[in-house]
Amino acid sequence: MHSMAPPVLKPISLWRRFANQGATAFAILTAILVLAPLMAIFIYLVIKGVGAINWDFLTKTPKPVGESGGGMANAIVGSGVILLISSLIGIPLGIGSGIYLAEYGRNRLGDMVRFTADVLNGVPSIVIGIAAYSLVVVPQKHFSALSGGVALGIMMIPTVARATEEMLLMVPNSIREAAFGLGIPKWRTTLSITLRTASAGVITGCMLAFARVAGETAPLLFTAFGNQFWNLNPNQPTAALPLQIFVYAISPFDEWHKQAWAGALILIIMIVGAVAAVRITTSRGRLKGA
Amino acid sequence: MRSRFQQGLDELKEKLLRMGGLAEQAIDRATEAYRTRDSKFCQMVLTGENAINEAEREIDELALDLLAMQQPMAIDLRFILAVLKINADLERVGDQAVNIAQRVLDLISEDEVQLPVDIPRMADAVSTMVQRALESFLDGKAEVAEAVLQMDGIVDRMKDEAFVVLVQRMHDEPAVTRPALDVLLIARNLERIADHATNIAEDVIFWVRGADVRHGGAHY
Amino acid sequence: MGVGIEVKDLNAWYGKNLSLKSINMTVPANHVTAVIGPSGCGKSTFVRCLNRMHETIPDARAEGTVKVGEMEVYGDADPVDVRRRIGMVFQKPNPFPTMSIYGNVAAGLKLNGFRNRKQMDELVERSLKLAALWDEVKDNLHKKSGASLSGGQQQRLCIARALAVEPEVLLMDEPASALDPISTSKIEELIFQLKQHYTVVIVTHNMQQAARVAELTGFFLMGSLIEYDKTEKIFTNPADKRTEDYVTGRFG
Repeated sequence: MHSMAPPVLKPISLWRRFANQGATAFAILTAILVLAPLMAIFIYLVIKGVGAINWDFLTKTPKPVGESGGGMANAIVGSGVILLISSLIGIPLGIGSGIYLAEYGRNRLGDMVRFTADVLNGVPSIVIGIAAYSLVVVPQKHFSALSGGVALGIMMIPTVARATEEMLLMVPNSIREAAFGLGIPKWRTTLSITLRTASAGVITGCMLAFARVAGETAPLLFTAFGNQFWNLNPNQPTAALPLQIFVYAISPFDEWHKQAWAGALILIIMIVGAVAAVRITTSRGRLKGA
Repeated sequence: MRSRFQQGLDELKEKLLRMGGLAEQAIDRATEAYRTRDSKFCQMVLTGENAINEAEREIDELALDLLAMQQPMAIDLRFILAVLKINADLERVGDQAVNIAQRVLDLISEDEVQLPVDIPRMADAVSTMVQRALESFLDGKAEVAEAVLQMDGIVDRMKDEAFVVLVQRMHDEPAVTRPALDVLLIARNLERIADHATNIAEDVIFWVRGADVRHGGAHY
Repeated sequence: MGVGIEVKDLNAWYGKNLSLKSINMTVPANHVTAVIGPSGCGKSTFVRCLNRMHETIPDARAEGTVKVGEMEVYGDADPVDVRRRIGMVFQKPNPFPTMSIYGNVAAGLKLNGFRNRKQMDELVERSLKLAALWDEVKDNLHKKSGASLSGGQQQRLCIARALAVEPEVLLMDEPASALDPISTSKIEELIFQLKQHYTVVIVTHNMQQAARVAELTGFFLMGSLIEYDKTEKIFTNPADKRTEDYVTGRFG
């Protein structure tokens, strides 16, 4: 700087202003494009399905072909039972593996586990259904909600494990050190401190896994198998919403088509409801500023 | 390397040595005034006093700055403390030279009297002490400083002898009381200058070795 | 009351790198001892060896004798047990983000099986008072999270958390380096008060801080303890030329 004159700053160039606004517009546009199909599906479902939703639909079992009325009550409850079983299997195993991978698995075994989880994630859901068939249905010699839960549970594991691992790795090491410094053993640190700090992200991972398997149909084809009647025994074939929707949708009956739309709408509402409920209950425990 | 700090330390040293030069010059002029009984030398000492006082102010200010702004430690800290003390001692040396010049002016105003005291010899010894003390500061050599401490005893003895002789003379010949008194006071001023030179040497030892050798002891 | 620390022939490695070379040092009880030295000299490693935090890093190990009071830190002792008796405060304040202020201070107690609620309340209050934080947080103990406090308050919270388990020794690894001058001086004042009850070892790269708070100072260089003496001596007339070069700012 050899002159003492104050530096002259150029005003923002026209091209740059254009580029700024263009980029912002592009970002907004893509966001809309992503939301649009989602909204479209939802609105379409509402239009097609809301007509068939009535008290009967929600409380009665299916009626034989030809008779009007009847509902999907057993499928709604059946889905609930199957998803409960799958969550009881998938979430603990998934979180457990995630903890292993993040805290203890920075080694060859950990790499193998990670690789296996990724492969499992990519296995077609029908193949998992077949696996559950061989593992549970064949020895038991009958279909059951349990086998359906096993199939869906297996599908949940990779998502939950990877999400848990990632969230745990994001917890800064200084937190773990603080716990060690207090004389808290590693296992306790991992469960009560590290996992607790990462809990928001881990719960999101679980819900993602849950939402994904809630709508799976193929794995249930030869595990839960479906049922026209009420069944609360997990060791017996059980109705499930996706199965029921499938069966009704490919049938030639109009009445059943309408019920299929309604079923799909109920399924979406159940998933969104479950996710929202979890979010609300976990945020109530959050502290100011946390 | 903290170059601004080092520059500050170098400047402090240079200023102090220059002030030392002014002090040495004052002693020499006062001695010359006594030997030649020429009042112009006395005048030079009296006017030279201002420069010495100004130097003292500058050095104090610079030292304070360095302490506040640079957080000196260990040897640097001891150096600055030593400089502050030497500064005060040199200013007092200047004052003593002025006192001597004033005594000489008084002597000149009376008739010359022969007195059995060799002031120029004593002044030489004292001047050497101051010179060596400043040398030890310039070179940072504690051994040279220690030599200065040894010389103090000699000057003390010279002063004591002068006192005895002059008091006897004043008793025997009351007429020479006034000039004898002047010479006695000059001897005492010279002895004080020697003390200041000793202080300077002790401060140099403190700076270089971190040892407090004041008042005869060595404390690390 | 605090206890003394006896270190004999302590060596520490990161993988194959020998980073602490045969350290011998005696830290007196109820004193503040500072550990200074340039970056990478091993001062943090040394302090982390005292409570066996060093070995939590993969591939790191330490050998030697460290006696804290009567307790042999190495040998047969359980590292978790050792860390319960020795408190540590880190450079960057690290309160547990999902816990309240009370939860943070009580964490060491709760997670070690402590159950008595009334005693816990008392210990939490005492620790927060010792850390000079009680008055600022006493109305919000359970409502505010640990992470919602300012930097200086967070660090005092971490100090309270470390004190709640009633250690005998408090290790501090550059506790004020991430804080502003006012918080720093509060922490320094605090350290001065704490030495009545505890033995404090503080790592600092700020020499003026060491000079302000510590009675003894150890100078580390390239893994060795070069000089260990009264703080005044280290800063006015150190015995070793390397110490002098460091404290006068001629390197490091």
